[in-house]
Amino acid sequence: MRREVPIIITIFIGWVMVLDFFFPWISGTATHMRDWTLVLIAVSQMLGVANVARINLDKVSRGHKDAPYAVMLLVAMLTMIVLGVLMPKSATIGGFTWGGIEGGSLFDKIYNQMYVPMQGTMFSLLAFFIASAAYRAFKIRSPEATILAVTAVIIMIGQVPIGSLLWDGMPGLSAWIMNVPNLAAKRAILIGAALGAVATGMKVILGLERNYVGGE
Amino acid sequence: MADRANARTGTGIAGSLAGAFAALLIALPALAQEAAPAAAAPAAPVQFFSSERLNILIPIVIFTLLILYFIQQAKQGKSLFIRNIPGLDAIEEAIGRCTEMGRPILYVPGIDDATNIQTIYSMIILNHVAKRVAQYDTPLIVPVGKAIVTPLAEEAVKSGYTAAGRPDAYNPNNIRFMSDEQFAFTAAVNGIMNREKPAANIYLGSFFAESLVLAETGIMTGAIQIAGTANIHQLPFFVVACDYALVGEEFYAATAYLSREPGLVGTLKATDVMKVVLMLTIIIGVLLEQFGFHGFTAWMQPK
Repeated sequence: MRREVPIIITIFIGWVMVLDFFFPWISGTATHMRDWTLVLIAVSQMLGVANVARINLDKVSRGHKDAPYAVMLLVAMLTMIVLGVLMPKSATIGGFTWGGIEGGSLFDKIYNQMYVPMQGTMFSLLAFFIASAAYRAFKIRSPEATILAVTAVIIMIGQVPIGSLLWDGMPGLSAWIMNVPNLAAKRAILIGAALGAVATGMKVILGLERNYVGGE
Repeated sequence: MADRANARTGTGIAGSLAGAFAALLIALPALAQEAAPAAAAPAAPVQFFSSERLNILIPIVIFTLLILYFIQQAKQGKSLFIRNIPGLDAIEEAIGRCTEMGRPILYVPGIDDATNIQTIYSMIILNHVAKRVAQYDTPLIVPVGKAIVTPLAEEAVKSGYTAAGRPDAYNPNNIRFMSDEQFAFTAAVNGIMNREKPAANIYLGSFFAESLVLAETGIMTGAIQIAGTANIHQLPFFVVACDYALVGEEFYAATAYLSREPGLVGTLKATDVMKVVLMLTIIIGVLLEQFGFHGFTAWMQPK
């Protein structure tokens, strides 16, 4: 029963979602089920917090070499929970708002002035990684890599003003490569992936694929 | 709410049937109670069937019939050919490498929610990987980017270890919820790569801008890397930065390929035949357009 009940629920909800697309009178029920998803996801945050707390408390209690990081994470998590959830909005001391999540609150300041820049820093790494990945991809080692490198050069030159200065047809050639061979290949992959997704969905709602709730 | 109200106030036989079906099918008193006050308000009749979506229903019905046919064929013992997929063969190689080096294997199931079919499928592959890993006693680390995926990943790994006869080897501390935030998750996974030095990184699921950051960090730590996603915009990054990449549909072929179960292999074959059907449809559409018949193309447009 531990596996059967979730499988039956999945099959039932899966069929309601499929039928909703073709039979408008089911849309009310389907909308309700989508709303339940939001509730489930919200509740699952508790599971996430429990997982983070369990793993990091375990590290601290065992004196793991990463224990200092674990302490830092737990303190940060607790601080944000206390400030954002437990402290009342009215907790204002010395003209400074300690509680709530509104603009100007401590929660808001930590989020926007500490977390957001750190996130931006991580994202900015992408620029450097793209450069190193491009270097690796465009190294001419085989006929395929040569075609890739030459095509990439045409695309890049075609996108900048110097391209049309070198040759009038360069932007047009660049656009043709993007819109014809590139788009054709992309669409082929997309059709394959979409069929794979539909097949997987069918396997799940026909009850053929059951390992998503754990193995046999 | 409005849709539900419409379903109950639909005029004509179609509307009545629709209401009756809905009540029978769902049988949720709470819904009925909520819908009742709205039923008093006048509403437009509800269409029983969206006939304008017949262009989508027909391929789905054909595809379903193909799936059922090929599953039947596979169950009757008919040999169905599956081509080699190096990326999936490499999973075994990666597990072996980790075992030899005495280092963990890192499995990243993407950063999307369980509402994405790629995440669900990644859990199914994770279950297969866990079965293999359990046999060699190699640690399997699974960082998770969405809280709701955490119990799914725990269950997939735990049942994999149990199926392999090694429930004692399962370590719940290796299924780690990191963060719902994209780059906090990325930073955390990069931290695992740098501190715990997994010998193999497997990225299977739905990835976005973090794909290249993860894969390039993996290169720097010297790990063998296998990636697969149906997010077409991230595929070039994985192709460039990983040793093996599963392109589009190859990602969805994993369980059939790894398990060779007749039901799953039949589905794979049906997908191939459906591709031929779609190719023929495209050719017919192109020819009709060339001869000035635009009705078919117009009918095929999504509505």
